Amino acid sequence: MKASLFKKIHTKVIHLTKATCTLEATGVGYEEMAIVDGKAAQVVKIAGKQVTLQVFEGTEGIRTDAEVVFLGTAPTLKVSEELGGRFFDAYGDPIDGKYAPAGKAVETGGPALNPVRRKQPFDMIKTGIAGIDLNNTLVAGQKIPFFADSDQPYNAVIALVALRANADRIILGGIGLSNDDYLYFRSLFANTDRPEKIIGFINTTESPAVERLLIPDMALAAAEYFAIEKNEKVLVLLTDMTLYCDALSIVSNRMDQIPSKDSMPGSLYSDLAKIYEKSLQLPSGGSITIISVTTISEGDITHAIPDNTGYITEGQLFLRRDTEIGKVIIDPFRSLSRLKQLVIGKKTREDHPQVMNAAIRLYADAANAKTKLENGFDLSDYDKRTLAFAKQYAQKLLAIDVNIDITRMLDISWGLFRKHFQPEELGIREKYIEAYWEKATEPEGEDDVLTDENVMLADTSFKQRNKIAPKWQ
Amino acid sequence: MRTGKVKAIVSNLVIVSADETVMQNEICMIRLGQIFLKAEVIKVVGKDAYVQAFESTRGLKVGDEAVFQGHLLEADLGPGILTKKYDGLQNDLDKIETIFLTRGTYTDALDKDSEWDFTPITKIAETVRAGSWIGEVKEKNIPHKIMVPFLLEGEYTVKKVAEKGRYKITDTVAVIADKDGNETAVTMVQKWPVIRPLKGYKEKVRPYKLLETGIRIIDMMNPLAEGGTGFIPGPFGSGKTVLQHAIARQAKADVVVMIACGERANEIVEIFTEFPQLDDPQTGGKLIDRTVIIANTSNMPVASREASVYTGMTIAEYYRAMGLKVLVLADSTSRWAQALREMSNRMEELPGPDAFPMDLPAVVSGFYARAGQVKLVNDAEGSITFIGTVSPAGGNLKEPVTEATKKAAHSFYALSQQRADSKRYPAIDAIESYSKFLDYPELIGYMQQTISQNWKAEVVKMKDRLFKGHEAMEQINILGDDNVPLDYHEKFWKSELIDFVILQQDAFDAVDGFTALDRLKYMQEKVAEICETSFRFSDYEEIGGYFRAIINIWKQINYSLFQSEEFKGFNRQLDELLNQRKKTNESVPV
Repeated sequence: MKASLFKKIHTKVIHLTKATCTLEATGVGYEEMAIVDGKAAQVVKIAGKQVTLQVFEGTEGIRTDAEVVFLGTAPTLKVSEELGGRFFDAYGDPIDGKYAPAGKAVETGGPALNPVRRKQPFDMIKTGIAGIDLNNTLVAGQKIPFFADSDQPYNAVIALVALRANADRIILGGIGLSNDDYLYFRSLFANTDRPEKIIGFINTTESPAVERLLIPDMALAAAEYFAIEKNEKVLVLLTDMTLYCDALSIVSNRMDQIPSKDSMPGSLYSDLAKIYEKSLQLPSGGSITIISVTTISEGDITHAIPDNTGYITEGQLFLRRDTEIGKVIIDPFRSLSRLKQLVIGKKTREDHPQVMNAAIRLYADAANAKTKLENGFDLSDYDKRTLAFAKQYAQKLLAIDVNIDITRMLDISWGLFRKHFQPEELGIREKYIEAYWEKATEPEGEDDVLTDENVMLADTSFKQRNKIAPKWQ
Repeated sequence: MRTGKVKAIVSNLVIVSADETVMQNEICMIRLGQIFLKAEVIKVVGKDAYVQAFESTRGLKVGDEAVFQGHLLEADLGPGILTKKYDGLQNDLDKIETIFLTRGTYTDALDKDSEWDFTPITKIAETVRAGSWIGEVKEKNIPHKIMVPFLLEGEYTVKKVAEKGRYKITDTVAVIADKDGNETAVTMVQKWPVIRPLKGYKEKVRPYKLLETGIRIIDMMNPLAEGGTGFIPGPFGSGKTVLQHAIARQAKADVVVMIACGERANEIVEIFTEFPQLDDPQTGGKLIDRTVIIANTSNMPVASREASVYTGMTIAEYYRAMGLKVLVLADSTSRWAQALREMSNRMEELPGPDAFPMDLPAVVSGFYARAGQVKLVNDAEGSITFIGTVSPAGGNLKEPVTEATKKAAHSFYALSQQRADSKRYPAIDAIESYSKFLDYPELIGYMQQTISQNWKAEVVKMKDRLFKGHEAMEQINILGDDNVPLDYHEKFWKSELIDFVILQQDAFDAVDGFTALDRLKYMQEKVAEICETSFRFSDYEEIGGYFRAIINIWKQINYSLFQSEEFKGFNRQLDELLNQRKKTNESVPV
């Protein structure tokens, strides 16, 4: 961030906290950017002549006679095609050692989209992962987080989803990313078909925490440029939004605001909604899909961060380790894609909704049977069959390393139904039973597919870095 | 013109130093360069007016000018409201041409140039008062009454009435005079401050009629009466929105006001997209024709969330005064409460529970009280039925918004995470939920006439069976299948039958999604008959197998058109299965 010339310099700081500094100044606009002793800052409060600035890098070393220059605008990003293939910091300055791209300066965190100018999402995103395509189908224009515990391979999974998702542009918003994960994303994305497809706005754990607050707005300002002006299908990855919320709570605390649940600011819902509601589908074809990561603690979704997120996003995906098969699966019970109704059975085969529900219900019956078993009770014949079904269902469909087409997923489901059950145990409409039951065949072999991505996910160096080795065996 | 100067800014709270008097809740416009930001006075300390801006305050400076408008936040009421998509401040979103909602853009709520076929109702020399019907225009399929302005007090005499013909909304259609001879021109449009209840009726009466929704677990088990209030709390992912949309599509109301208060934009887009395609079975028009949408999505300015619920309710009250059945759906009232909390926090007020403002319960109950069945000045009846959703933090029903709402609403539809997880939709927990209308003799009488004499008794029995089934399941889980009497399994499976057949309903299926009252009666009787039968099974596996088969046939029945050949075929299959069992029963010694 550089100050332009001929700006008035103020030198009278009257109040300093760890994250804010207050000075006397006039003619200052709300949310205006400033440079305090070379550090970027933003106006968060004006009371008469006293202007309070949030200093992103922290206030250490700032003197009461520090030079403060106001820049006259809210945070901006220069948008153009030149952003393609580049990596930037929270202020939109390059971190890849190359030139600063030219372009039209737009304010980030801009106004809301007029709802009547949106189009209802319709374009299915295929990932080849049955836990997503079959049970929680994603649609362009959707916003959905992965709720994951910190030890789960969430960054590898969203990278996998992004690469398979057939987007025109992938914009990574790295919020408190570990440097190792940042390098992982960079090396992974370097191998795509079109390097300019990737853009990154990165704040690593090495940079100041409060700077993280700028990342989502930067990433989404770039996304809006490509989706609205270039009609592109843009996929935005935001990881990890929990760290964003933590930064919010730091600032609100420094501003002496009364915290609400879990020490989070009372405005958390609105703050998150402003980000996630930037997802869109336009009639012109441009779209922004947001896939984020919200790390949670021991699966607790009642904490204010996942709770508020869940009320905003269109569903959520949970990763879970299935002990029967020793692999990570997308949990069919707690995961949900709210937009799937727009495409399943319409863009996919007609039996999709009913097959999906029947399989999940049987998988739930298996979970009950397992509880019975653990409590030392005898299992009925039905219980035993559900358990056998559940294991194969997890192995052939739910496991995250499966990569197959949706029609194949449905055929495999029918095969498993026929192998373990009678038609009347499914509760599926008779016309689908008539159409698919007789044709169903038992799915072959233990390991159906092994793709490049599976190998990538199983890459040993990555496993060691993230200590996820046991999950991918 | 009373003005003031901006003195301090924190987010959307602006302190304006006023030059003259100001009024609580007065609207003021703050100049920011070329545009004006709309704001509302929410507190006054000395000369300082604390105003909440309905727009982003980015770039606002100390010393910027504010102009006080002399009125509260008002809604424009007149023909042309139906099918409109408004934001929380009643700006017509379709008139905003841009992709983004740029600050300072305000559009007319009504179409000033549209013409309407007016037919007079009142005659010269008749005595009228606020809310009296002067004439009528046809708005979509609704006879839209043109009424004496609600702001007028006392009695008036009609001096002139326009002849039948086409008029613009701003044309004078009548002239009325008070007892001193002061004349007032009446047009087809009037204004009302949204924060005040728009009464315009003679008295409130107790609700007595069922508001049919076609949703079995509501209509049969926890009915909602016309003019009643209900609320739906539920954790995210429990199907609140799907349920609300189903009610909006199916409920037998004349006008539906959908308030999206701090919710997802795509949910509104779904209504924009689908309602113009869907037929309204009552009028033959399209569903959108009876619908007004207030879209204040979660990314729009927080302060207008509060405005959105009041604007929506005011529009409903206006249509109720025409003798219509109005349904108001607000999703979600928790977002409104959160907006109040944000502002209370910025004003550094002492917080109540969970940092919500202390007067939250009073605000909520005051709002719910605006619904109701009323008798108008001309003895016609109108109603507002209100259903609000609540999004309890962490799914915990002990939080302040849920508790405040529980005190205010007649019926309670608790959505259960557990039911949602096992995909049992709608995920309304039949045991936890209640409707106070089940104890209203007025409604019971109505249901006995329209459904069946035994309706109430059967509902009670059914709830009992669900409860016993739940208890039996717990025992089975604790003791194991083998270690409980067979009777427990039978109880459990009978409750599963009620659950799968009646409670669960496929909102996305054209047939199963809506159950009319005659079909509901058939289902109630048939399920009761199966539940009354005492089966003599030899072991628990047999019970499970038998009931699974029954449930499977029932599912097919639920997907078939009532009394169609397909329906009758499955019904015969069900009868066969039941008769077979009865024969087996007879051969088994007691």
